[in-house]
Amino acid sequence: MPVFNQSRKNVISLIFIALFAIIIIRLFTLQVITSKYKILAEDQGTFRKVVYPDRGIIYDRHRNAILQNVNISDLMVTPNKLRGIDTFTLCKILNIDTAQFQKKIIELIIKNGRSRPSVFEPLLSDEKLAMLNESMFKFAPAFYLQERSVRSYPYDAAANVLGYTAEVDTNFLKKHPNEGYVAGDYAGMTGLERSYEKVLMGERGIEYWKRDNKNRLTERLGDREYDTLAKAGKALYSSIDIELQALGEKLMQNKLGSIVAIDPKTGGILAMVSSPTYQPKYLTGSERRKHFSELFLNPALPLLNRTVSATYSPGSTFKTLQALIGLHDGVISTSTRFSCSGAFYGCGSAKPMRCLDVGTFDLRDAITISDNTYFANVMQKVINNPAFPTIDSSLTHWDNYMYSFGLGRKLGVDVPSEKMGNIPTPKYYNTVYGKGKWNFCNFRSVSIGQGEVSVTPLQVANEMAYIANKGWYIAPHVIDSIEGGDKYSQLTAFKKRIQPTNIPDSIFEAVHDGMQGVVDRGTGAGAKVKDIVICGKTGTVENYYKGVKQQNHSFFCGFAPRDNPTIAIMCVVENSGRFGGTYAAPIVGLMIEKYLKDSITDKARVARLEQLSKLNLLPPRIFAELRRQDSIRHSKDLSYLLAKGYIKLVKDTLGIEDDEVNNDDFDKMNKDKPKGNKPMKDTSLSHEAILPKEKKSNNILDSSKRQN
Amino acid sequence: MYQKKSAILQGKDWVLIWMYGLITIIGLISIFSVEYKSNDDVVKSLFAFQKNYSKQFYYLIACVIVAMFILLTDSKLFTATPNLLYVFGIGLMITTFFIGKTVNGSKSWIPLGFMNLQPVETCKIFTALALAKYLSRSDTNFSKPRSQLIASVICFLPIVFSLLQNETGLALVYFSFLLPMYREGFPPAYLVIGASMGVLLVVTLLFPAKPLIIFLGVVALFLINSLKRKIKRNKPLLFIIVGAWALSSLFIGVMVPFLFKHVFQQYQADRIFSMIGKDNPYVIGNTVDITTNAVEKKAKSDKENYNVKQSKIAIGSGGFFGKGFLKGTQTQGDFVPEQHTDFIFTSLAENFGFVGCVILMILYLIMLLRIGFIAERQRSTFSRVYAYSVAAILFFHIAINICMTIGLAPVIGITLPLMSYGGSSLLTFTILIFILIRLDSDRQMVLR
Repeated sequence: MPVFNQSRKNVISLIFIALFAIIIIRLFTLQVITSKYKILAEDQGTFRKVVYPDRGIIYDRHRNAILQNVNISDLMVTPNKLRGIDTFTLCKILNIDTAQFQKKIIELIIKNGRSRPSVFEPLLSDEKLAMLNESMFKFAPAFYLQERSVRSYPYDAAANVLGYTAEVDTNFLKKHPNEGYVAGDYAGMTGLERSYEKVLMGERGIEYWKRDNKNRLTERLGDREYDTLAKAGKALYSSIDIELQALGEKLMQNKLGSIVAIDPKTGGILAMVSSPTYQPKYLTGSERRKHFSELFLNPALPLLNRTVSATYSPGSTFKTLQALIGLHDGVISTSTRFSCSGAFYGCGSAKPMRCLDVGTFDLRDAITISDNTYFANVMQKVINNPAFPTIDSSLTHWDNYMYSFGLGRKLGVDVPSEKMGNIPTPKYYNTVYGKGKWNFCNFRSVSIGQGEVSVTPLQVANEMAYIANKGWYIAPHVIDSIEGGDKYSQLTAFKKRIQPTNIPDSIFEAVHDGMQGVVDRGTGAGAKVKDIVICGKTGTVENYYKGVKQQNHSFFCGFAPRDNPTIAIMCVVENSGRFGGTYAAPIVGLMIEKYLKDSITDKARVARLEQLSKLNLLPPRIFAELRRQDSIRHSKDLSYLLAKGYIKLVKDTLGIEDDEVNNDDFDKMNKDKPKGNKPMKDTSLSHEAILPKEKKSNNILDSSKRQN
Repeated sequence: MYQKKSAILQGKDWVLIWMYGLITIIGLISIFSVEYKSNDDVVKSLFAFQKNYSKQFYYLIACVIVAMFILLTDSKLFTATPNLLYVFGIGLMITTFFIGKTVNGSKSWIPLGFMNLQPVETCKIFTALALAKYLSRSDTNFSKPRSQLIASVICFLPIVFSLLQNETGLALVYFSFLLPMYREGFPPAYLVIGASMGVLLVVTLLFPAKPLIIFLGVVALFLINSLKRKIKRNKPLLFIIVGAWALSSLFIGVMVPFLFKHVFQQYQADRIFSMIGKDNPYVIGNTVDITTNAVEKKAKSDKENYNVKQSKIAIGSGGFFGKGFLKGTQTQGDFVPEQHTDFIFTSLAENFGFVGCVILMILYLIMLLRIGFIAERQRSTFSRVYAYSVAAILFFHIAINICMTIGLAPVIGITLPLMSYGGSSLLTFTILIFILIRLDSDRQMVLR
């Protein structure tokens, strides 16, 4: 009987072999032909961990690190290990209650899962860190500390020059699509951090890790053959003199304005003070967000780098350039004299430009005493020069001079947000007045640096470098060299001299004579420094804010020493009132003394320094705005303002400059205080309290709006 | 006699023993690679009975001892006791209803303290022996339907208990006894009918019932039309065709819905439907919910698919040569659920790739074909039927388990013989194989 069905054994064997063959074919397609599963496996089984290198360090001209990195700790938590830890002590150290603790943990679990470590508290303060370190054993293994590198500022200065880093937002990612940024990365947002981001960020490393089903990284993949090492960002060597910078910031505190100092030989920026500034460390660390919104909303615009982003009428500092043009065009000579009987009547109009000193002056004296009439005459001669057939051509000719002096154009400085200023063109007047319907008298105020012309403080400083060098300059810049070479050709523009017009030295000598006179016996006597020959020029700039005439800006620019200039400098104190010589000149004097003599030792000079730095010249509108914001935000009474120190600031001001400061403001402050403790209604004002940044910086531009 | 004075391993089938040894060791290595983490102290944990691979190691030692005992017993023991053992096995399965322990939703385990016994698993041995015993009886004529029915009852009785215990996967294993029965003369028509029912089942799941019945009707009419002449000569042919159509319609319209509503658990039905990429339409009681909660259903079926997806990723990412021992990212990252038991094949496939898989498949195939060869060289029907039963059970397990890991079969939770972690499974297959080896060493005798 068994023999009967023996053939069936082959059928059975065939079934075995057939099914095994099917399985093997299927395995072949799965494992060898299809690549889909390999990709899927890589996606979920391995993790490309990006290793962030330390950002590059920035040094000043004496190789002091002015921007470096420190390690700050984050408190990390792994929620699924939380059982049995001393929550109470932890909450006490972190200053939270247990309910907040629970809430936070739940949030983290939702966000990041139970078994992966999340940041419980980022960027611990030193105090908390010390307390945590002591009792960390109570919180292990659920909690641990993780160090991370954060920017630090050993000199606590130059905030606006150095800039800050921040987490990139979607906008940033859209603008920089192929540079390897992902959400959560930090990138330089302003200042040098922004301009040299490519160099400072270094090269990111990549580590391949194995990842498990709960998304935990378990171990390194393979023999690290695919890993790339992170390379630290390259160091930048700047031309900043950090002590000079710090002095500048000290002198400018409680004032709006800026100081720019340039080494005329190299174009390297020695100091770039924009006031008010802020403590750069405010924008790193745990309180970053809070500080940022405070700074952002501050009406004095501490986040604005005024040296490049604010434009002003140059005022009388412009006269030096007018002199150069007049002399070079040959419409005047050094001995040409014009007299002023009290005003410039060249246009015969009803609104003559007044001059301060009545008399007859040659060029040198005209610069020295800043005679308006003289330079009105000079420009009139330049514009009405018979060598040019039309006013269009003569003004274009004049414009070209101005462009060659670095005005009306971006200088290409390596600090972002540079403005170009304005040099009025024939085209502009043609549209305003109609072609052929205007003449010099329509823009005569340009001759003394008022009206349509506007410049940035950096342009003025650069113009001083140009005059100091007798006819050339190098584009101003902060960074001299980059560790390991200039890979992205960011510094090439800063290596070549710019000498667009060949103006003979003798012309410059004449202007230098006049400028030396300004300091020696003229309007800028306040800048005088013993044993140093300083050439300078004051400027008193009329300005308007939202159509209302404000206190004058005080300008002073110059260079020193005259024979071999090593510093070209300009200072503007916004809305200070008085004259250019009153505030800006002594500040410049102290800066020059500090730079050339390395320190200020003379007792009288130190006292002057202290006095100037304590001087409060903030315009009243800033107080008004601050007070309004505060009353909206805090709805507190006067005691709050006293506590915040605003009242004290005003009192300081009163003590020193009784006649200058608007007493109204203080009175108003008292009157305005809300009665009792009732919160003030904020409905009418709230929308203005959160003015966007752009709108605010426009306000600054207002201050240089053209006047009639 | 020669055999009597021989040592324990004399006259034994060495090929089979080698295959057994190789596959169990490959299994142990695969389990090890699932559990190993880079800083484990291997030697310490191997002897500590903590990790699965260490447990499997001890189970293997135990199995070797059991195998020795089997080889030392007289083969007449196995011919003398099958009925008793079968009754004992059925008894155990019934006992499970009372003292059973529920593991993964199936109440089919008896806790023994040191391990859990799954009677439906062990009962395979008894059923194989009982079937062999019944078919080798001198008064059994397997060509008679009565004997065929009795043999079928012996094979399929455990299925009933197993289904009642929510253990569908192992229940299906008992269908593998069709193979030895086929070898002994079971009419192939039954198998063909069975197979066509299987095809019909799949088709029913894929297409809506009414158009399918109409389509089959059209096919039947076409057949009748084209076979006009034959039907004139042979009237019953017409009835056969019409009857087949009627039966198919009944199957499509009534039996399949009944099967999915009342026989299968919902999760099993879900799995089967997720296999063919559809939502389970036979949700008991709330058919309305299907349309309203489509999204929810989708999520659920995604969850069902998760195992298979992860399994396919692990296998597929292995490539031709594999990622290397202990270098599989999916295995090391614990991505494949149940990897040490039902999905142990994925560990091997990821670490050793296509080459490793083919080697294992060849080892299994050699084992199966060797058992077939052994079966045919027996003088006694008992040994032959038993051998084919062993081959069929092994084949069913291997085929379904591997097909399930590569997405060719629904995930029904049966182990890969000699590879998967678990004492119960390993012991069952050891006993199955070593009884065969023992019987084979007495192949010259006629055992009844």
